[in-house]
Amino acid sequence: MPQNEYIERWTKQHGKRLDHDERVRKREAREGHQMSQKAQELRGLRAKLHQKKRHAEKIQMKKQIKAQEERDVKSAAPSEPSSTPLPNYLLDRSQANNAKALSSAIKNKRAEKAAKFSVPLPKVKGISEEEMFKVVKTGKKTAKKGWKRMITKPTFVGPDFTRRPVKYERFIRPMGLRYKKANVTHPELGVTVQLPILGVKKNPQNPLYTQLGVLTKGTIVEVNVSEMGLVTAGGKVVWGKWAQITNNPENDGCLNAVLLV
Amino acid sequence: MATIVPPPSKRQKLAATEKAERDAEEARIPDGLGSIRIQFVDQGTGKSAGPAVAIDVQQATVRNLENLLNTLQAKDASERTPYRFFFNQRRPDTGNDEAAAEAAVLDIDRDIYSSILKPGLKTTEDNIILQYAPQAIFRVRPVSRCSASISGHGESILAATFSPATSAILATGSGDNTARLWDCDTGTPRHTLKGHTSWVLVVSFSPDGKILATGSMDNSVRLWDVRTGEALGGPLKGHTKWITSLSWEPYHQQLKGKPRLASASKDSTVRIWDVPLRRVEQTLSGHKSSITCVRWGGIHRIYTSSQDKTIKVWNARSWTCLHTLTAHAHWVNHLALSTDFVLRTAYHDHTTKVSDDASTDAKVSAARSRFESAARVNGVIIERLISASDDNTIFLWQPSSFDPNSNTTPKPVARLLGHQKQVNHVSFSPDGHYIASASFDNSVKLWNAIDGKFITTLRGHVGAVYMCCWSADSRLLVSASKDTTVKVWDVKNQKLREDLPGHKDEVFAVDWSADGAAVGSGGKDKLVKIWKN
Repeated sequence: MPQNEYIERWTKQHGKRLDHDERVRKREAREGHQMSQKAQELRGLRAKLHQKKRHAEKIQMKKQIKAQEERDVKSAAPSEPSSTPLPNYLLDRSQANNAKALSSAIKNKRAEKAAKFSVPLPKVKGISEEEMFKVVKTGKKTAKKGWKRMITKPTFVGPDFTRRPVKYERFIRPMGLRYKKANVTHPELGVTVQLPILGVKKNPQNPLYTQLGVLTKGTIVEVNVSEMGLVTAGGKVVWGKWAQITNNPENDGCLNAVLLV
Repeated sequence: MATIVPPPSKRQKLAATEKAERDAEEARIPDGLGSIRIQFVDQGTGKSAGPAVAIDVQQATVRNLENLLNTLQAKDASERTPYRFFFNQRRPDTGNDEAAAEAAVLDIDRDIYSSILKPGLKTTEDNIILQYAPQAIFRVRPVSRCSASISGHGESILAATFSPATSAILATGSGDNTARLWDCDTGTPRHTLKGHTSWVLVVSFSPDGKILATGSMDNSVRLWDVRTGEALGGPLKGHTKWITSLSWEPYHQQLKGKPRLASASKDSTVRIWDVPLRRVEQTLSGHKSSITCVRWGGIHRIYTSSQDKTIKVWNARSWTCLHTLTAHAHWVNHLALSTDFVLRTAYHDHTTKVSDDASTDAKVSAARSRFESAARVNGVIIERLISASDDNTIFLWQPSSFDPNSNTTPKPVARLLGHQKQVNHVSFSPDGHYIASASFDNSVKLWNAIDGKFITTLRGHVGAVYMCCWSADSRLLVSASKDTTVKVWDVKNQKLREDLPGHKDEVFAVDWSADGAAVGSGGKDKLVKIWKN
């Protein structure tokens, strides 16, 4: 690491090399060829890294080109300010449309009967009891028992849960693996909101896991959507909605879910 | 998922009974007060209804006073009128400052004792002068059921209005570029008015109910024959942006066969159209931003509100801008006149004495007398204006009291504070005693229209309230909201009267027919719903 800006200092004192511009031009002209050679000849990890870098660069380039094109295109006559018809008094207001669109999408979907039982993740990989539970064998007394289990997966534990006396506690849900919130995405809108979990409705692995509130991929949870301001046909605020977990929380350290609509 | 409220505890029950007892004790009129002398004076004309009458204080309730007044006027049982009574606290010698005079008017809600004698405004020795104002003889029954749910529109319904002549015809404007006329008696579509090339944002019936004007996103206004559903010529072109509001010239001021129409647009101008000649008579420009609302008043004034935070008052004969009202701090969203209802309905009233076949002169004179009786306060014809704004406030104005020669900016009568979000819609009750305001803070608020005092908040909606609309007898109010419901409110006891769920999405437009028989609503779910009793 240079500790001072000695190159700049040198240029200030002595000026640039006489052939500086020529060298820069040649370097730039060579760049394309070099890149092509690298792409052809690199092998292994270096090739991978190079491809990744190149991929990112290409995305940037494409974006720039697109932006340029859009700037050049002359738009047609000024169209309607929004895609959905709005009355006068809402025309000039910017609207928080997301939650709203969400609710209408839900209503449209409800009309289709078949959609009632379909979930985004219909199949999940089975998890064995050995993987789910760890037999607790610490301490003199516990080691003898052999029926005490520690759950190795993330769980949801309700706010009013109190642990049983240690002597009788069969399942331990570690504090570090408890979750209260999920990042819930609306499938059609692509809106993601962090919402508090209300409960675990169904764990497809095992009814016992549902009881224990284990959060694995494919679990159906109920989330609190009250802050979205959805309303039922009767004019009441919708409170809870179901969502399905889409990631492996034990690997990712967060909870991602899709809203069931 | 309705939450059940827990039953009241014993302490709560005890407190409730105690409070009820205390209220009953307060409401009781003590005996032994003797009698009072009351002189009745008509609030509109200022004429007295005969000599002063002595009444026992215990008997002096509003109902008894009503009976007495009816007897004094020698009305027989069939034509009895309900009255409201007011007491003017101002002494005659305190000068004629109009604002002070109006603030001093006291509404007697139960009996003379609790509103006048108990606060010590008068004693039993004095002669009490009571002003009376007749109330609607008819009663509008609250709508309680959906009588028809008609599909037809292909997009959201953006505007709905009933014909002033009858509750059988409803017009709606929609996002599918058409306006439609519906037959509300049978719940069937009557005509589809095709022609606009973009959303129909406003629909407005002419005061005689024969022509429908529609304003659209395609910058044009179109006119339609209500009876046949045919277009009256092509579009009225001129505006460069979409139409935001339409207002017809009051019937009693129209030249014979030459009605005029004012259209306000986003392009910050108002154009006055000569309807039979189909051309622009005048363009009112002066606003610096989109005009949100235009109202054609009954005393040769046009009022416009704009997003440039001002309200302008124009002379409807010389087309000059008389006043610019600059009290608001943000967009002005909506305007309402105390005479809106009579201007809209012209000669159509509950008696139907003047039919559509009557001569034009008879109709005009009927419309004029209706207007004058509605607008007359203390013998003077007064039109009050109210403006709702994005700055969460409402201003009450009295344009007739503005001094035309002074350069000072006119002062409002009152500033109505209380809403916590933008106020979207305001309306005067048909009798001009109340103001209702609908706001994005999920509430409807009621105000006294005379001095702008706050009366109550009507809570119940869980979404922004877009519109509110009065019944013809001023006793009920209907509101439409984002939360997909329409709600009917009782003004007298300030409670929710009927909750009308049924729409599947936001309700954008609601209207109560002029005869009170039906309510029509439409919204994002593309359905027109007709609500009846």
